[in-house]
Amino acid sequence: MSAPVVNPTDPLADLLQEGVVEVAVLEEVLGRALQGGGDFAEVFIEDRASTAVHLDDTRIEELTSGRLRGAGIRVLSGDATGFAHTADLSPAGLLEAAAAAASAARGGGADTKVIALSNRAGTPQLVMIAPESVAKERKVELLHIADAAARGRGDAIKQVSATYADSRRRILVANSDGVLATDGRVRTRFMVQCVAVGDTGMQTGTDAPGHTQGFEFFDAINPELVATTAADRALTLLRARPAPTGKLPVVLRRGAGGVLFHEACGHGLESDLVGRDASVFRGSVDQMVASPLVTVVDDGTYELGWGTSAIDDEGTPVARNVLIENGVLTDYMWDLTRARKNGRASSGNGRRETYQDLPMVRMTNTYLVAGDSDPDDIIADTEYGLYCAALGGGQVNTATGDYVFGVTEAYLIENGEITDPVRAAQLIGNGLDTLRLVDAVGNDFDTWAGTCGKDGQGVPVSAGQPTLRVSELTVGGTARG
Amino acid sequence: MAEIPIFDIAQRVVATARTGEQIEAYVARSRHTEVAVHAGAVESLTVAESAGVGVRVLLGDRQGFAWAGSLDSAIIDDAVAAARDNATFATPDAALAFAAPADVSGPVAELDLWRDDILATDTDAKVAHALAVEQATLAADPKVRAVESAHYGDSASEMVVLNSLGVHASKRSSMCSVSTHALAGEGGATRTGYGFSAGRAFADLDLEIAAADAALRAVRLLGSEQPATTNLPVVFDPLVTRSILSLIGSALSGEAITKGRSMFVGRAGEVVAAPMVTLTDDPTDAAAFGAAGYDSEGVPTRRAELIKNGVLTGFLHNIVTGRRSGTGTTGAAVRGGYATTPGVGARALSLVPGAAGPTEIMRAAGDAFYVQSVSGLHSGTNPVSGDFSVGAEGLMIRNGEWAEPIREVTIASTLPRMLKEITAIGSDLTWFPGGAAGLTMLIGEMTISGS
Repeated sequence: MSAPVVNPTDPLADLLQEGVVEVAVLEEVLGRALQGGGDFAEVFIEDRASTAVHLDDTRIEELTSGRLRGAGIRVLSGDATGFAHTADLSPAGLLEAAAAAASAARGGGADTKVIALSNRAGTPQLVMIAPESVAKERKVELLHIADAAARGRGDAIKQVSATYADSRRRILVANSDGVLATDGRVRTRFMVQCVAVGDTGMQTGTDAPGHTQGFEFFDAINPELVATTAADRALTLLRARPAPTGKLPVVLRRGAGGVLFHEACGHGLESDLVGRDASVFRGSVDQMVASPLVTVVDDGTYELGWGTSAIDDEGTPVARNVLIENGVLTDYMWDLTRARKNGRASSGNGRRETYQDLPMVRMTNTYLVAGDSDPDDIIADTEYGLYCAALGGGQVNTATGDYVFGVTEAYLIENGEITDPVRAAQLIGNGLDTLRLVDAVGNDFDTWAGTCGKDGQGVPVSAGQPTLRVSELTVGGTARG
Repeated sequence: MAEIPIFDIAQRVVATARTGEQIEAYVARSRHTEVAVHAGAVESLTVAESAGVGVRVLLGDRQGFAWAGSLDSAIIDDAVAAARDNATFATPDAALAFAAPADVSGPVAELDLWRDDILATDTDAKVAHALAVEQATLAADPKVRAVESAHYGDSASEMVVLNSLGVHASKRSSMCSVSTHALAGEGGATRTGYGFSAGRAFADLDLEIAAADAALRAVRLLGSEQPATTNLPVVFDPLVTRSILSLIGSALSGEAITKGRSMFVGRAGEVVAAPMVTLTDDPTDAAAFGAAGYDSEGVPTRRAELIKNGVLTGFLHNIVTGRRSGTGTTGAAVRGGYATTPGVGARALSLVPGAAGPTEIMRAAGDAFYVQSVSGLHSGTNPVSGDFSVGAEGLMIRNGEWAEPIREVTIASTLPRMLKEITAIGSDLTWFPGGAAGLTMLIGEMTISGS
């Protein structure tokens, strides 16, 4: 059903053609930004168009179109960053923002710098079906299909809501090192939430896959399957008993537990937190920080990953970065600011939610690499424990390593077999401990798409992992002891 | 950028209304400053302005929405066209309506939420505040080894709602804060503490309180350990109470109720909490950070009584949920900004305070777990089932006195049970940013999961 490849478009050519920017203006703006004596200046231009269609209770409740366009300009002067942003992309608007950013980062020398930009071509995204070329009727239809499929799971499914969302984000980065880089990314997502009602009350179940991909996303993702997955999660919880409390072995199903490693170690490996002495992983490079079974990678190039792009939001090409290899901490993740301070190169992890935000060190697609064990053997080898099939959100205090996250679908493991579903559990642990306690890693793999929040900025990320076991985690259930 | 009055922008959008359709424009603009400092130096300084427009079009019973994060007239025109097109795909809904003159005839609270000194204070003074709060945190206790980050932030915001039925509301407000994160202890034994001070005016900020809170909160957790699993009474710190009230407030929103997504569905008139519990949302109280004279649909706000002496007495509504439930709007429409349609939410939730102060509550509790902070509140609570299980850290209270610090536990119960098991409400009511006031609160018993 896919049309021939019509994309890639060249985002820079688009922006130039639409008269959004001119290279000569960018050069002038960068020169102006450095007039106050800064060491480095950057212009970041973003143009984002998004569509969302929301179905609730069988009705198309809302169809939203959004458009965001503007520029963020930053100036680095010593260790200080000055930042200003504007929605006014005229030469005058950009120059005014440049002056504001420059005055915010005072100090340093006052050489006049002449900036000459040269285009750094990234790998363009291949979009088979541009979402904006698909009729809104079709997007509406997918939601009705999902609604019917979820309700088809039984009368206990009392409410279904579903959302279709797509976005096209084009960015341009120009900086005083002469870098001119652009990228365009199309993302598509489909989410279903169900409420099931039974004797035990109300329960909810959700599923929300997303890819950095065009509308051909639906060649791989079946809306009916998303809907029945969400419905079955809610139905399972209806017959679930309260989760046990205390320390238990925990088996995480492939894809379900990536968020655990995102929280437990990913954030602590962000070099801005390390540099601020707010990470338990500070000073641990080349040290054994995890079980030898653990290899963790952050990979901005991961095919179709929710956190995938060609360049990061500072114009650095993204990469597959190994963070922990066979238990040994190999490197942190870096953005331009932290890399400059440390006299090294950025790892392509400088990301920002919008042009209105300063870039920070952020994860992209973070995953624990598959091992050798058969997932069935891992379960069979667990006498009593918790099997987590889906997790909700989580949170970590990077300075202490303590993290917590919610379990949304889980079962008991009794005598090596998955038995009763349990509900309402939180897993709580410490990242350093958890990494050391991984004692079995499966040979399967899956990923999960979500939004990672840090200092108020949300960016799309994915997390992945094979089925694996942590020998001991604290489970906080509601079963009264 | 040339300053165009946002009312003019709203008027231009609304003027495009065609026969048979209604248009509403919500225009927001804010200026903000943000300073981050670390180790005595400025890390970043942001001075910026954000603005945007949200456009709703009603074609009979169908609604379309579009937003533009820009005041560029071509982009706004595109948004109006997109909203109009989007409406044709929506399912008709007889409850949909914009605020009509009859909805806005009630009294409007006269609130002065704007202080000129935020825009008048120069950036150097703001930077100095961030540096000073960091320094004060280090000086507050010798056990504070570092400050993870210290911030100053402010915003001066204005918004206009205008619709083709002739309803017009505008408001402006200012707000500023300093915050600091103290680090105490080494390596895996590190503990962190957060402190802040917020106000409408620059002059309201109290750096010493922010610093002292951050230091105290980090230092008193030093040496904390994971306890054995047990059931205990729990004392919530005012900041934790604030977060829990916000959760309860969202379950009392007309949106959750009319969609059946709340533990309070069908419970009106029933006892849902201990007799001492009276919960209100009063955006007309200027002391609340969420105070507002008008809601996000242009309807005057008012005091809503949600729970009185333990009995569920009311819900919060915007125009749509008010029409759907038959009770009318309570002026509780909220928007997350120009990029969202109006939802329903509390702006100024508070419990009517009790007579006892925090120390008396602690004494009365005997043996209990004092919860200083919680984590995973969003993933760990379910406003539909009421299940509640979150990560927590704090201190034990033994014989009414502070005892050993606790880490890495979860506390669990259900929200309905917690409401009924409230056994003391403090007298220490404090307004915090975030739509609710905090105070010390004692809950009869919760499951503490540790080792």
